[in-house]
Amino acid sequence: MTCKCEDIKDCFVIEARMALPNQYFVGRIGSKWIIAMRDKKKLTGLKCDKCNITYVPPREHCNKCGATIADNWVDVGTTGEIVNFTIVNYNDKHLPKKAPYILGQIKLDGADTPLTHIVADVDPADVHVGMKVKAVFAEGPVNTLMQLDHFEPV
Amino acid sequence: MATKRVAICAVAQHKNEPDLWYKRFQNMLLDVLEDLQGQTGFKYGENGVGIIVSASDDFFDARTISNNGVTDVIGGQYLAEEKMAQEGLNAIGYANAIILSGHKDLVLIMGHCKESQGESRNMITNCGFDPFYGRATGLDYLNAAGLQAQAYMRKSGLTDDQLAEIVVRSRQWAARNPYANAQEVVPAGKVKASPMLCDPIRQLHAYPVSDGAVGLLLASEERAREFTDNPVWITGFANCMDAFFFGDRDLTSNFALKKATANACRRAGIQDLKKAADVAEVMDCYAYQQPMWMEGLGFCGDGEGGRFIAEGGPGKYRVNLSGGTLAGNPMIISGLYRAAEATLQLQGGAGDRQVPDAKCAVAHSTNGPAGQFHSVLILEA
Ligand SMILES: [Zn+2]
Repeated sequence: MTCKCEDIKDCFVIEARMALPNQYFVGRIGSKWIIAMRDKKKLTGLKCDKCNITYVPPREHCNKCGATIADNWVDVGTTGEIVNFTIVNYNDKHLPKKAPYILGQIKLDGADTPLTHIVADVDPADVHVGMKVKAVFAEGPVNTLMQLDHFEPV
Repeated sequence: MATKRVAICAVAQHKNEPDLWYKRFQNMLLDVLEDLQGQTGFKYGENGVGIIVSASDDFFDARTISNNGVTDVIGGQYLAEEKMAQEGLNAIGYANAIILSGHKDLVLIMGHCKESQGESRNMITNCGFDPFYGRATGLDYLNAAGLQAQAYMRKSGLTDDQLAEIVVRSRQWAARNPYANAQEVVPAGKVKASPMLCDPIRQLHAYPVSDGAVGLLLASEERAREFTDNPVWITGFANCMDAFFFGDRDLTSNFALKKATANACRRAGIQDLKKAADVAEVMDCYAYQQPMWMEGLGFCGDGEGGRFIAEGGPGKYRVNLSGGTLAGNPMIISGLYRAAEATLQLQGGAGDRQVPDAKCAVAHSTNGPAGQFHSVLILEA
């Protein structure tokens, strides 16, 4: 069916917004991950020894074999390599920065799964796959993913 | 006694529009419903439709799929209404299971979404990421697609010129589709000059904000001909979900789509989908996705999407003669539009887009960031 031509006289809309304040438990693993960043400026991961995979972000069970790996914390580097990136050229309220900004997938030294995060202090024209970057932590306690503020070139 | 086959008896599509602010989604569904009833004469109740599967998204609706969403309009009150909040093509998978199990022999599917209601689609899809590990960096379905497009273009050799070609072709077909949103034909130069949204995705590589509604009537083999002379048979359906964490996924591997395709084909008894299918409808929210999903569906080899476009694959395999999602459908029900168009092709009702004597079609949809989840439906005349 095609759209009937409608009379739009005397039609009005309401302006609404969904603001639903809520809490979300980041989990025991997520909490430990944040605390290591906040208190020791360290990036950590959870390793499955059987599969020889170090996961960042950390998770309680190996994504491959399902083993419980919650206690097998390892330090990964605060440096790593950009394995993929895009340049965000639009602005929107949920975005942490004004366009243009770089969203990268960063494989930290010693980790096997890349972390998606902001890459800053580099001209978007110069960013490339294989670029070495280092983590820049927030000064005070943030207690979110943004405890790791961004990555920048080494 | 359970039936052996399930038929799609009829489909109705509301024309996709950029901003139907003056029409409630309930009214859009009512128009679709009346169209379906006009085609088939179906009734509700004892020997009629007893279960309605509705498909929608809470965040796009800005209300929950609670029990006063669309229930009255689609005939759900006093009967059973089930709700599909994942991409709409899965409502067909679900209705198929309801009928195959012998639970009911007639199921109505009603999907709707007005993307124009929200200030920003990207703000909504940002909520599709883990609240702790994902949202804070601004990840949304657009920049996730940007990341995938970067990786895929490196792998497949797909070029900016080819992306423009895909959009130009989509609009040419959309101009023949009375239900498409973006029917304006665009030259390649205009696509290539459109602003970069998220490198390498340009404005015109992205599907336009769309309002739409789709309905389908499904019946058991025993009852299908009460409602149509041209039943279209569901011979295969499958879906597959890739890993939870974005970084765990190989963004160019088509892992989930390949699995879904293999399972759907096995159920349909199809060895080689590209030989079997006369028509393919794929959910291409962004231009790069059309060759990439065709790769996942097995129409060309791994990493050969660039060559697929260069060799005229979309024309050869009759891909998206509706204009596809690129011409504008709401994301959450795009798969229902794909299935509706595939059904019309098999019924000989696709108008100026009709492929002569089409016997088998594949309809595809995806959901989640950068093709995390894929569904594949195989239909036969
Ligand atoms: Zn393991």
